[in-house]
Formats: sequence, C-alpha cells, structure tokens
Amino acid sequence: MNCKTSREVGGMGHSLKRKEDSRFLAGKGNYVDDVKLPGMLHMDIVRSPYAYAKIKSIDASEALKIPGVIAVVTGKDLEQYNLHWMPTLMSDTQMVLPTDTVMYQSQEVAAVIATDRYTARDGKEAVKVEYEPMKPVIDPYKSLDPEAPVLRTDKEGKTDNHIWHWEVGDKDKTSKLFEEAEVVVKEQMHIPRIHVASIETCGCVADYDKVNNHLTMYMTTQAPHAIRTVIALVAGHVGLTEEKVRVISPDIGGGFGGKVPVYPGYVIAIAVSFLVGKPIKWVEDRSENLQADSFARDYHITAEMAGTKDGKILGTRFKILADHGYTDASANPSKFPTGLFSIGTGSYDYDTAFMEADAVYTNKPPGGVAYRCSFRVTEAVHAIERITDRFALEIGKDPADLRMQNFIKKDQFPWKSPTGWEYDSGDYHAGLQKAMDTLGYWDLRKEQEEKRKRGELMGIGISTFTEIVGAGPSKDFDILGIKMFDSAEIRVHPTGKAIARFGTKSQGQGHETTYAQIIAEELGIPAENIQVEEGDTDTAPYGLGTYASRSTPTAGAAAAMAARKLRDKAKKIAAHLLEVSEDDLEWEVGKFFVKGAPEKSKTIQEIVFAAYTNHPQGMEAGFEATHYYDPPNLTFPSGAYICVVDIDNETAEIKIRRFVAIDDCGNIINPMIVQGQVHGGLTQGLAPAMYEELIYDEEGNILNGTFMDYLLPTAVESPNWETGHTITPSPHHPIGAKGVGESPTVGAPPAIANAIVDALSHLGVTHMDIPITPYKVWKVLNEKGIVQ
Amino acid sequence: MKKQITITINGEQHAVEVEPRTLLVHLIREQLSMTGTHIGCDTSSCGACTILLDGKSIKSCTVLAIQADGKSVQTVEGLAAPGEMHPIQEGFKECHGLQCGFCTPGMMMRAVELLEHNPNPTEEEIRWGISGNLCRCTGYNNIVRAIQYAGAKMQGKETPSTEPTFV
Amino acid sequence: MIPAPFDYAAPATLDEAISLLEQHGDEAKILAGGHSLIPMMKLRFASPEFLIDINNIPGLSYIREEDGYLKIGALTRESDLEHSDIVRNKFPIFTDATKLIADPQVRNMGTVGGNIAHGDAANDHPAVMLALRAEVVATGPGGQRSIPIDEFFYGFYMTALQPSEILTEIRIPIPSASTGNAYHKLERKVGDYATAGVAVQLTLDGSGTCQEIGIGLTNVNPTPLRATRSEDVLRGQKITDELIAQAAKFASEDCSPSSDLRGDEAYKRSMVGVLVKRMIHKALERAR
Repeated sequence: MNCKTSREVGGMGHSLKRKEDSRFLAGKGNYVDDVKLPGMLHMDIVRSPYAYAKIKSIDASEALKIPGVIAVVTGKDLEQYNLHWMPTLMSDTQMVLPTDTVMYQSQEVAAVIATDRYTARDGKEAVKVEYEPMKPVIDPYKSLDPEAPVLRTDKEGKTDNHIWHWEVGDKDKTSKLFEEAEVVVKEQMHIPRIHVASIETCGCVADYDKVNNHLTMYMTTQAPHAIRTVIALVAGHVGLTEEKVRVISPDIGGGFGGKVPVYPGYVIAIAVSFLVGKPIKWVEDRSENLQADSFARDYHITAEMAGTKDGKILGTRFKILADHGYTDASANPSKFPTGLFSIGTGSYDYDTAFMEADAVYTNKPPGGVAYRCSFRVTEAVHAIERITDRFALEIGKDPADLRMQNFIKKDQFPWKSPTGWEYDSGDYHAGLQKAMDTLGYWDLRKEQEEKRKRGELMGIGISTFTEIVGAGPSKDFDILGIKMFDSAEIRVHPTGKAIARFGTKSQGQGHETTYAQIIAEELGIPAENIQVEEGDTDTAPYGLGTYASRSTPTAGAAAAMAARKLRDKAKKIAAHLLEVSEDDLEWEVGKFFVKGAPEKSKTIQEIVFAAYTNHPQGMEAGFEATHYYDPPNLTFPSGAYICVVDIDNETAEIKIRRFVAIDDCGNIINPMIVQGQVHGGLTQGLAPAMYEELIYDEEGNILNGTFMDYLLPTAVESPNWETGHTITPSPHHPIGAKGVGESPTVGAPPAIANAIVDALSHLGVTHMDIPITPYKVWKVLNEKGIVQ
Repeated sequence: MKKQITITINGEQHAVEVEPRTLLVHLIREQLSMTGTHIGCDTSSCGACTILLDGKSIKSCTVLAIQADGKSVQTVEGLAAPGEMHPIQEGFKECHGLQCGFCTPGMMMRAVELLEHNPNPTEEEIRWGISGNLCRCTGYNNIVRAIQYAGAKMQGKETPSTEPTFV
Repeated sequence: MIPAPFDYAAPATLDEAISLLEQHGDEAKILAGGHSLIPMMKLRFASPEFLIDINNIPGLSYIREEDGYLKIGALTRESDLEHSDIVRNKFPIFTDATKLIADPQVRNMGTVGGNIAHGDAANDHPAVMLALRAEVVATGPGGQRSIPIDEFFYGFYMTALQPSEILTEIRIPIPSASTGNAYHKLERKVGDYATAGVAVQLTLDGSGTCQEIGIGLTNVNPTPLRATRSEDVLRGQKITDELIAQAAKFASEDCSPSSDLRGDEAYKRSMVGVLVKRMIHKALERAR
C-alpha cells in the first residue's frame, strides 16, 4: 500500500490498530443494556401467538396483583394520546400497540412495566388476552387473489393488498429484444426472508425528565439524528419537540441495517417514561428479535437474459414480487421503493433492460430492511449473477470467459447503465483475472472434468458484482424527506490535538480509527491524537447515520472536506507567521514551507497554536471546521468472487473448499479494517446462501424463531476466506474511496449458489433457491436417481 | 424466596442474596454491575455470556447463580489489571479479532480455556473450539489468528505477523 | 428469557436427594448439567416448582474400569469424557460423539447421565449406549438397580426411571480385543441435534467373523432405536459389502423418522442407510 504519511501520523493506507478496541477488550464497552439509571423501571412485551386475530379482551388484573408490577399498557391507553400509530421509514403506517386487531405473530399486544426485569417477565405471563383468530394471508402470490381478505382495513378505501408498483427501463424495447433474441434464458428465484440477528438485540432506555420536559433516549440506533427527528414528528404534539429530545446511541453490538427502523418497543418505552416520569428500559430477547423485528429480502424474482449464441449479453428483464409483511417498513429513499435494485443490470456492457416490482401485504412481520446491504442490491446482484451463469450454461460457454467477454471495459467509465446510473469507475477484467490467478481457475476446471467422469460432485461458481453505495446525492436520496448528506465537525485544540464528531454511527466498522486516519492524511496531525465521537445528537452534527456502506463515501468525505477547510486556514496563518504570501507556500504532510526554502516552515501544531495565540488581525480565532457533504454521485465498488465446492454424493453435504474474494473499493483507508469488513461480510453472505431463512407455516407461525433453528454460521461452517484487492479510485470522491462493508454480503451468495448449481449442472440442474442445504441438494440427487 | 450465596468474582468475594431462578449472568451484570459479560440469545447458542466457573468456560445465561455458590468466577474484567492486557486481549487487538465488540468478552473467555488445554491449537482445533460462540462481524478469520497469537505469546514464543493478508 | 420462580435445594447426599424427590413428586426436577432443563424453563416450556441440584453430591463423577465394565458416573461432564485417556483408547466412539454434542461450553456443564435420563431420542448418548449394550444404574428409595439399556427408553421422552429414582451410573461392558466402535451424526450446523445419527460397535473373532454387533440410531424414531434386523444380518457372518448394504437398508426401513425442518422422512431414512454403512466401515477399521 502506498502511504503519503509516516506510520506515526497514520494517514491513509496504514493498518493502524483500532483505537476503540481497548474498552471492548476490557469489558468496558457501553452497550444499551449496560445503561442503568436511578429509579429505572423495566418493560416486557406481551406478544400475539396468532398471525391474524381480533383482540376480544385484555385482562391485566392478575398481572397487576404481582408485587412490583407498576402498569400494563395497551393500545387503548396509547390511543388517548394518539400514540398508538407511527409512520414507517417508507411513510407507511404501523401500529405501536393494537386497539383491536393483530396482524402478525409476535406483534406487540401490551407492555408490562415493573421494578425489575424478572417481575416484568412474570407480569407478562399473567396478562390474559382473548383472541378471535382469523385466516391469515401468508403467501404473497395469494395475497393478490381477488378473494384474498383486505388486510389493511385501517387504510381508508383500500380494496386489495397491493402496496406499490415500480418500474424502470425501456419496456417495449426490451420486449422486442426478447422476442427476437437468439438465446433467452429464464429462472424463477426466491431471495429468502432473513434476519440480521446482530449478536446484541435491540433495546433502549427512555428517560423522560418531567421537570425540564426533556427526553434522553439511549437506543440501539444506526441513525440517531434521523430518529430524533422521527420522535419529534411522532410525539411533538404531546410536547416532545425536537430541541427537547436527545438521542444517544451508545456502543452498538452489530447493526447491519436491523437497527435503522423505529420499533414499537422504543415508542412504548418513550410513552411510558413520559407518563410515569421514570426511566424505562426495554431490551428484547433473541426470540422477540428474530420473530418481530424487521426482516430483510423476501423478493420473488423472475429473471430473464437475452443474448447471442456466441455469448454476447444483449438484455435483461426482471419481475419482482416483494413480500413486505404487515406494513412497508423498509428503509429506502422515498424515490426508490425497491431501493437500488436497478443496479441489477450488473457489470456487463449492454443497453436494454426492463425491471418492474410489485409489493404486497401479508400477515408476517413488517420490514424489507437491510441485512448488511440495504437498498436491495443483494437481491439484484443475485438475480443478474445467477442468470448470467444460466446463460453461460445454456450456450455451453465457461462462465469466466462469458464474463470477460461482456464486462464494461475500464475505458468505458463513467458508464451509463440502461437503468440510468452512471458507474463512476471500475476495472472488472483485472479483478476477475486476479481472482482466477489466485485460485488457479483453469486447473480446477480440469479437476472438475475428471471428477465428473468418476461420479464425484465438484463445482466452481463466480460472481462479478457491481455495488452501488454512498447514498447519496440529495437530489435523489432522502429518508422521510431528510436529504441523505452526512457531516463532520473537527475541532483542533490549541496544543494540536483534535476532537472530531460525525453524523454517522459505527457499529463495529472502526470509525474511531478510520475517520482519524482521514483527518491525519489531510492535516498531518497524528491519528492517535484525534478523538472521534459519534452517536450523541446533542454534540454531533446532523447526519443520516451508518448503513448502506455510506459512512466512508459521505461522512468520510465530509471529514476530508472539513480538514481541507482547516488546511486553507492553516495556510493563511502560516503565511502570517512566516511573513510570506500564501502563494509562496507549499504543503507537505504536517507542515507548510516556503517554496525553495524548505527550512522556513511551520508545522500544523505551530499553526494551530497560533490560531489561538497569535492569529492574524481580522481572522476568526480558533481552529474548527464543519462540513456537510452532499456527494455528486454514488460510488460503485465491485468485486470478483470465486467459490469452489465439493458435494458428498451420498449425504449431499456441501463443503466450501476455497473461496477467493477480490474487492475493489477504491482507495483504502485502513487495509486491516477493510479486510476485516470483507471477512465478516463473506460470512454474512454464506449465511443466507446455505443456512439462514425465516420459515413460516400456512398459519403464519414462525418455525425457527430461536438460534436453535435459525442457523447462524459458526467458525466451523465459515471457511478460511482468501481475500485480496484491486484499486480503482472513485474519481468524484475527495479521497477516492468507495465503501466496502456490504460488498461481500452482496457478492458471496451468488458465487456459492453458482458453485453448487455448477456441481450439479451436468445432471440438468439450472437453478436452486438459496439457502441451498444438503437436504435440498439431496432431493435433487434423489430426483435424478443418484441417491435413494 | 431469596437465598444467601457467596461467590468469588475475579478474586473478590461477594456475599449476595439471589432468587433460586436468578441466572448467573444477571447476578454478574445487574446485581454486581460488571457489564462486560453480555447476553445474545435465549437458548445457550451464542456464547456471548461465556465466563470461567472454577476455571471452566460455561454459558452464564444457562447456569443459576445459586449453582455458583462457593465457587470462583472469572469474567472479562478479571483478565488483566486496568491499563494492562492479557495475551488474549492483545491478540484480539493486534489481529483485528473484534469489530462491534459484543461477542468479544465471551469469545476471549472461551479462548482462555481452549489455550489452557491446548497451547498450540491448529486452525481446525480453534474453529471447533469456539463453535459455541457466534460472531456476526468478523467472519472468524481474524479470531483464529488472534487465538494463535495469544497461544504463542503465552508460551513466550515469537508471535506470528499481525499484518493483514489483504493483497 | 427468565424462568418462573421455583424452590431449590442442593442436597449433599444421594439419600437426601431421593427423599426430596419422594417428597415433591412430579413437581420436582433433577438439575444436573441443566443445559436441557434451564433453556426449557427460560422459554417457560417447563416450570417445575422444585429443583433438586445434584451437583454437590460427591462421588457421582468418575470414569473407571471395574469388574469388566467401563463405569461412568452420571455427573461426569461431557468434556471429562472427551478428554479421558481410557475413553480415547478403548472407546473412540465417545470421542466421535462428544465432539458433536452441542459446543465446548455446554459440554463443560452437560452430563452423560443427563443426556440419557432426559429420554430424548435426539440426544447422542442413547444411541451410543445401545450400540455398546450399556446398563443404566438407577438409585431410589429401595437402593440400586441396573437396567439394561434396551429396557430403558420406552416412549417419547419416557424412561424406565421411577419418579423417585436418580440415574447414578452407566456401565459399559468392556469388549474383547478386535472390537471397533464409531459414531457420526449429520447436523445442519455444528452443535445441532442430529438430522440422523448412527452408533456402531462390532467385535471380530480371529477369523474375521463378526461375533457381536450393536447399532443404535439417533433422532430417527420417537425413542432411541436399536437396529435389530441390521445387527442380525451381520452377527456371525464375515462382513461383506453386500451384507453391509443389507444392514443399511434394514436400518433405514426400520426407523421411523418424522419430517421437520431438518428434512423429510425419505431423506432421513436415506441418511440412516449411508451412516450405517459408513459407521460399520469405520468400526471395522478400528477393530482390525
């Protein structure tokens, strides 16, 4: 890695050890369940056993007899304050607590407030709720049947379960292409409903101070500022206006998108704290987390590709049915109800595409949030990378050759995609070539051929994806109308040490280290001397938070821009101190010197000191800057992943023999941290590819609502990931970086699925839905007569 | 009905009253305010609550506090004096074996016992040895390295390189 | 996730524990390792009123060879079994099995006795004990009695233990030389309950004929199951691939798996067949 700064300064490219680690390693992290306030009460939540039912009665009398149970709160109680409904981040509506009907299993029905969590739990058991179950709508396709019951009767005039329709691309041109093309392939795919399952569940401590009319909300949120605004929008009418609300997002035990939404539990805690004037702690347990918090994915996709017999891709067509459950609780920009699915034309050079999506309500938990990839990029990449392999299989061409043939070339960037995006930069050929060389691709193909002759099952799968991150340009991107910029504020103290604050919020990404490195790069102040803070809305500048791999593209850019403002100021001070004109000065890391006389120089520390002690007449004292960065475009990281699997031809067990991942996320701030992000993302790509799916029966009962059956990969399932990189800087980003956190979760599932399908393709298998388990493979082998 | 128990945590003896049903993890976190030990699931699947009970790694969410009466507990807070680092902590830091930090205390406590039984574990042995601890951030590669680093350090051997292998 | 309130005693002697059992009857549960019971209590699927913690009773945790038996105290932790030299040398089947039981922390608490007394066909030791033709020692108000493993499991979560009896020891006949044993289960991920599991022990005579064989099956039947017809095919025979195939076929026919998230009946039957075949081969290798 080329570094402009010394190791001591620790700017970009240095694998600095993380500044935040010390407290985590000592057990001194401060997560929400560690917050303990005087007089704090505990909340537990009664949840519905049914997916769809009328509530006939709620009897709290036995619960209230338990010593220590303070109150039982129902929807009717909240209704008095008009707090029983809230908006979702997609401007749909969601019950906080129901007044008459429950819409999914494990929906919140009532809240029990008690002096400690054991008593709250006993109180929950003692609340008696009488339900009148109704036949739920579980299958999203059946949800559109004319005879299906209309679920959202709360919405006036609603006559069906359809939420929205979206489309992009040229429909007629695409239809014509598909009618005339030499080769057309088509597969029906389901991207399963999954759950982020961060190891820390969600929770909060709502602390309303009646005397000062002020709410402090400690909360597991990836977007504290946006949440503050949402609280003010929901509860402003009872006096909680935005200046009266402080949101503190303490250390977060993993987010991955699941901690972006506002869950009913948070709102109930606020309402109860507001009413009783005491802090209320609510921390959900794992079952509640899996069963009620926002899910991700659940897209049914019909994917088609048209091309020529010799392998030229000519066009794609995707039709989506999105199952949103009870309400559309995605976290997409309002202009993009299906997120950035339109990236699904992929890394390939063709000009014809059409995509359309319809979303429906069902009696399942609400959501559509991220799982380490918001904005539906994973679904899109899965569709394009699977159908590309399908096309290669159809015409009998090696999938690596086919990709090389169709990649957008390095010199074609900026490249306008058929769905309207302008890809900033990329070198797809180099990435795939590097992955193939690392793996020894052609030798493995030979081995596979020999194994096939012996009846052994081995497969190689490729995924060459283009990501789209860094939301975003404010002309297109917002959450509930708030534009998706992000912010940095840098204050340099007189002795040359700094504190920097951001509108984002790390959940493990290492912002306390990487943001300091960006500032160190720009100002030459050692990263060690730059303290980074996030997550307190009273102190940090406004920002939209951390998700969608947006922190480096937005707040990281803001850090560089704010630092450059300071460097401009430093130049003026240096000119004053050295008694030369600004034009005579040149910058090298950490100091300004006089051109041609390098011995005449002022270090950044000297300059900062002067800013407080000897600043030029007419100049503002101090050394601080703030920047709100609104990116001109998104960034487009890419990657080339190859997976090799061996399948036991009796038990159908699938072993990942090797997995090589070459990522291009532009310029790299900290290689150690980027590699860590890639490792983690790969395991979270493996998870839905082979292990995870939320499964419901016809009555809407979840069948795997604990970690006993919702299968997170351990260190045994997770292979030794082989990782590497290429660097194609983003031309429009101040430091040329692109963002990386989600790429591996986007890129890994199709590589794994393609490898498994490849192992079975000679048997006539063209597609398998993820998660691909040994059981599913066995059924295929059984159908083909390979096993009995 | 509460019962009196005596428990030694990180070398310090505590006489406390607990309900029979009080889970050991709640005694440690809530009554004794040592919040380094975490809770991540209901079914003893995730290992975030792993501590040492009489030197053996156990899941403190599935053990009653009263079962620890008269016993000795070590938690992450007891690994090293403030400002100092146990080799396992150093390994996790040097090898970037943690991200959000939530699984980390449990993971380290498990690793401590693993290394006690097997000071030079292979990658395979480490992976099986930490199979009761879920991590959602790291993909485990660097946790394996961190444990190998600590194993070497604890035996006074030269520690392996901690440079990322991201080429 | 918090259990309902209960009362608790940790008797120091077996007699005391048995009299507490007599006193509290069905309301009481024995707490050994607790890793099946406590999760059930946290989820409030089980709410016993009284827990009798037997962990303070001395002399219930041991692994020793005595009177032609390997005797395992009921409170022996899975991890003790995992790391025992006697076991590793003569009963590699336990090394196979313990590695696949839950995870290291759970094995530090979980006991061999508990794994059997729970009567759960999904647990691993029952099938192993069937293959090894173990005896289960129960201690009650009237003293000790030994129950052949074949008479121990008789219904869904039901065992031959009387309400006031405690499982105190497992006795495994030490086989003659030229014996091999092996266990494997298929699991969705490490630590999971078996999709299907098979335990095999076989003894060869000097001519290579199979003198004795035991085959136990995990989680493919309402109770832990002995594959009797499969054993009969091989006992007294020179083992050939044809006979192994026949034994595998019988086992897959004779079990009665239920369809669940792990797979359907046909898949599980098929897996039983594959595992019977593989475990016989592995046991044969170890016998030679």
